[in-house]
Amino acid sequence: MDVLILAGGLSHERDVSIRSGRRVADALRETGVNAELRDIDVDLIPALRALDGTVVWPLLHGAAGEDGSLQDVLEMCGVTYVGSDARAAGVAWSKPVAKALVHRAGVATPDYVTLPQSLFRELGADHVLGAVVDRLGLPLVVKPARGGSALGVTTVTDRGDLPRAMVDCFAYGDVALIERAVSGVEVAVSVVGDGDAAYALPPVEIVTQGNYDYDARYNAGRTEYFAPARLDAAQTAAVSAAALAVHRVLGLRNLSRTDLILDAEGAQFLDVNVAPGMTETSLFPQAIEAAGRTLADVYREIVALA
Amino acid sequence: MSGDTEGTRLDPWLDSYASRALAMRASEIRALFAVANRPEVVSLAGGMPYIAGLPLEEIAETMRRLIVERGATALQYGSGQGDEELREQIVEVMKLEGIHAHPDDVVVTTGSQQAVDLVTKIFINPGDVVVAEAPSYVGALGVFRAHEADVVHVPMDEDGLIPESLDETITRLKAAGKRVKFLYTVPNFHNPAGVTLSLERRPKIVEIARRHGVLILEDNPYGLLGFDSEPLPAMRSMSEDGVIYLGSFSKTFAPGFRVGWAVAPHAVREKLVLASEAAILCPSNASQMAISSYLAHHDWLGQIKSFRVQYRERRDAIIEALEEHMPAASWTVPAGGFYTWVKLPDGLDAKSMLPRAVTARVAYVPGTAFYMDGRGADHMRLSFCYPTPERIREGVRRLAGVVDAETELVDIFGTGTGPGGDTVSFPSPDLA
Repeated sequence: MDVLILAGGLSHERDVSIRSGRRVADALRETGVNAELRDIDVDLIPALRALDGTVVWPLLHGAAGEDGSLQDVLEMCGVTYVGSDARAAGVAWSKPVAKALVHRAGVATPDYVTLPQSLFRELGADHVLGAVVDRLGLPLVVKPARGGSALGVTTVTDRGDLPRAMVDCFAYGDVALIERAVSGVEVAVSVVGDGDAAYALPPVEIVTQGNYDYDARYNAGRTEYFAPARLDAAQTAAVSAAALAVHRVLGLRNLSRTDLILDAEGAQFLDVNVAPGMTETSLFPQAIEAAGRTLADVYREIVALA
Repeated sequence: MSGDTEGTRLDPWLDSYASRALAMRASEIRALFAVANRPEVVSLAGGMPYIAGLPLEEIAETMRRLIVERGATALQYGSGQGDEELREQIVEVMKLEGIHAHPDDVVVTTGSQQAVDLVTKIFINPGDVVVAEAPSYVGALGVFRAHEADVVHVPMDEDGLIPESLDETITRLKAAGKRVKFLYTVPNFHNPAGVTLSLERRPKIVEIARRHGVLILEDNPYGLLGFDSEPLPAMRSMSEDGVIYLGSFSKTFAPGFRVGWAVAPHAVREKLVLASEAAILCPSNASQMAISSYLAHHDWLGQIKSFRVQYRERRDAIIEALEEHMPAASWTVPAGGFYTWVKLPDGLDAKSMLPRAVTARVAYVPGTAFYMDGRGADHMRLSFCYPTPERIREGVRRLAGVVDAETELVDIFGTGTGPGGDTVSFPSPDLA
């Protein structure tokens, strides 16, 4: 079996993507798969057209890799690829759209507003932010409406810090999602499979000193992971059911990772990734190991689903 | 929740690290620079010499002959202090800046970066003070941090370090009971500020340091890369006992060999050699002999002249582009070297703006990287050494769009430049 892993790209998460790609390639090679890594460049489409039976695994993080556009290219080139199709990836990539659909399907999600930069210019930042705080209260989480790896994300507890958080967020995109911050047990649930056959891997619990920001995600120390999460059976069932519901309602394929907060009201949906990180510190590989399986075994299963 | 299982912090040795390692952390900036190396991005970030300007075929032949004719020596361990022939040649190189040293005073190092590390290692106890320019070279700040030095910045103006400010700062620190061990300075075509310490100020700085009993660490990788004038005399030429001088072939030849050197007072030199032997046993024989062959058989002065012409053309391109596209900013006009230091319009934060710049396919280094005290958010370092003049103009054009967008954003939210980050990101090698 031949697998071409697409990693790198030009997004802000290029570095994470390359690390993910190398890890997946190494694991697949252990099972005898001929896995190659490739970056994205002007020669990509001719290269894709020349493939014969090779499965493509798009492991680009950030825009292009996760917003569905690369999947559109893969479909145009007629190649078999791992992961969600272009339409589902595009829906999942937009946090507000995903939140709306997930909420409609019965999974709770923190209250939020989605505001473009232009709105602040037209209505006045102070008025808009005042209305936001009146509606959602504090603390708040400000994040780019599209994006990952915690880039541009700020948790705001003081009203005076909100303008700075907005400026930092808009550096990553023109639309901000401002969400009520909820406290509880933070878990990530990885899902493998399609439709009714999809199953959840054991949830991974994330305990962070301070915010689970870029530093906490990619430098060992500030974050402690529990895999499996320290949840009772009912709680595990609740977060697993929520992640499976997200996977199904958004029409995701093969693999996904859903980030949730478990509070007194149950599982609250935060975000979903169609190309979850696969680095040495990432949550998806931790979930695989918590399930007592090998990375090679699960990655090969995912490739077979493509 | 149930159970009392232990979690994992992904690094089983986390509690074993020395305190100086705790500050060594991957940063968002480092992640962004992963994109900067792509050809689509105009990188005004890295201080990479224009290696394509070298006669690569001739150098290849020199390397081939080196291995064929003297491989048994080139591929063997060598002297801890460095190859004797190369040290003699280094003495000749330094005469261009008025330094008269003996080959025995020269210690060859793995780039001058290792020399900064060795000097810091032998002089700095945790909490000792290093005085450095404001701003200062990010690679040196990383070394000082790793050795738990307390870095205190001293202001500069267009003529470099301000002697009166240096005097006041050291006086104040000593009065507060601090141990000031050395002044770290890049006197020529400063990284990142682009300015040069004037001839008039040099003896003043030497005298102030002497009076306070403070060593000068004179880091001079760019001194021979002046565009319009002859090199100024090094401070080492004014004080043999009070100055440790660092030189490098990274900018005048090629950084890939990793060959630099230190010239130090005799007793200090002994300690440097011992410290270097403890760290690396000896510098690379192959690299030293390659440099030595290059100096002996090539027109290396002519090559430096060629580099000067190429870098001046790039300097002119960046300054003209800044004048055309970013009139609301201000900048230094370097008379040599690789960098201009740009002051952004009021309220802009270069670190906060960097993601937007990378999206626009242009990269720079935010000013906060060049301070240990969180300052610098209103500045950025632009390097003009590597991209062609056309790419430089395109990069500045893109940057101007980013600045305009950020200005609008700051106007909307009324945010000024914040206090900036309180950490120094350890640099990628190409930031040096």
